[in-house]
Amino acid sequence: MTFVRATAAVIAKDLAGEFRSRELLSAMLIFAVLVILIFNFALELDIKTRSTVTAGVLWVTFAFAGSLGLNRSMAMEKDRGCIDGLLLAPVDRSAIYFGKMIGNLVFMLSVEAIVLPLYSILYNTNLFKIGFLGVVFLGSLGYVAVGTLLATMAVQTRTRDVLLPILLFPLVIPVLIASVKASMGYLQGIEAETIRPWLNLLLVYDTVFIAVAFMMFDFVVEE
Amino acid sequence: MQPKPKALTYLDIFTVVLFLISLGMVFFYAPMEAVMGNVQRVFYYHVAVGWVGMLSFLAAAIAGILYLRSKDRKWDQFAVAAVEIGVVFTFLNIATGSIWARPIWNTWWTWDPRLTTATIMELIYFAYLMLRQGIEDPDRRARFGAVYVILGFISVPLTFLSARLFRTIHPVVFGTNQPGAEGDFTMTPEMFHTFLFSLFTFTFVFIDLMWHRLRLGRFADQVEQLKLKFSQHS
Repeated sequence: MTFVRATAAVIAKDLAGEFRSRELLSAMLIFAVLVILIFNFALELDIKTRSTVTAGVLWVTFAFAGSLGLNRSMAMEKDRGCIDGLLLAPVDRSAIYFGKMIGNLVFMLSVEAIVLPLYSILYNTNLFKIGFLGVVFLGSLGYVAVGTLLATMAVQTRTRDVLLPILLFPLVIPVLIASVKASMGYLQGIEAETIRPWLNLLLVYDTVFIAVAFMMFDFVVEE
Repeated sequence: MQPKPKALTYLDIFTVVLFLISLGMVFFYAPMEAVMGNVQRVFYYHVAVGWVGMLSFLAAAIAGILYLRSKDRKWDQFAVAAVEIGVVFTFLNIATGSIWARPIWNTWWTWDPRLTTATIMELIYFAYLMLRQGIEDPDRRARFGAVYVILGFISVPLTFLSARLFRTIHPVVFGTNQPGAEGDFTMTPEMFHTFLFSLFTFTFVFIDLMWHRLRLGRFADQVEQLKLKFSQHS
């Protein structure tokens, strides 16, 4: 019970801080819109291309905006010395990991919750299919599970801002491939049988990496 | 500084001899493949260097686990040594594959699962080396390195699986091929001997290089400590 309470406290702290400053969400959001804008001109998103590349464009946007958010969220803890305070708290360290991870997940989902309707309006595509939204959730979960752990490491290095994407992207490639493929399947209305393997892969990745990150977190914060 | 151990010198000589024999086998003992011709001979070393790459990354992951359990610096040195060797041999694996693919697949590169996975694996371990470069404190460097090398090794099979769900054209010389594999062949006994001998040779190349690299790691550590002592005195 104390574990759940500690986790909830960390999440509440992150959300309260963000609610007051709004620096993380606004940065992620504007960045996401800019990426979509660039894609619009780079790919000429006319109706024909749109049906095949929508999933890819969205996931690249989420991945970039996500890495921006992860970096910021951990750098904030480090720069203001909050992480030392957190570590001194007499709670299980993995509660801090889960708190930060769920906080980051909430930020990422919030950005997605604004970007998806915006994309729907801009390109007149219906993105509100329950299967697709499920994929967005599973993909984001896997992404932040690894991302939170790696961001904790990256902020403690000399080259921190450059390092996170380099550490993170090669590890999350399975999530990105599976998410793009499954999203494309749902958006094009392909039968569920062909999408199933990608969903399974996402579930396996999420489970494995949440478990591993949970075990490893102690090692990346111990001083 | 300890002198070079006798056993290492013998191992060096043994490895060089093995290497020469295997080269001889590849060019003179193994018959020419009927369809592909001489370019097929790259296969023997292509698989062998790939095997050394995988062996190195496996060794690095195990060393990572052992480091986190024991906090003994020697496992950290072991992990870096293995990753460095793995990066070089995985690159050789990709390069020799490309040389073979140009005439057989008619392209240097294709986004086949094995090729994709090898490339991503290479990038993971480059990231590992960059991570280490960014940390000065040796204990933290070792800890973060161990965590990353374990994470990386776990993600490799998942990457392969995700890339495999696309179709593949890479031949599977052992076991059954998926339909559409290009450049497959069946081995004669002589080819099989050469192949096994190449694997054997490169396993020794790996052990020999590991030993040298570990010695180098120890020396580097000693130099670092001497520097530290010197700067404290002056």
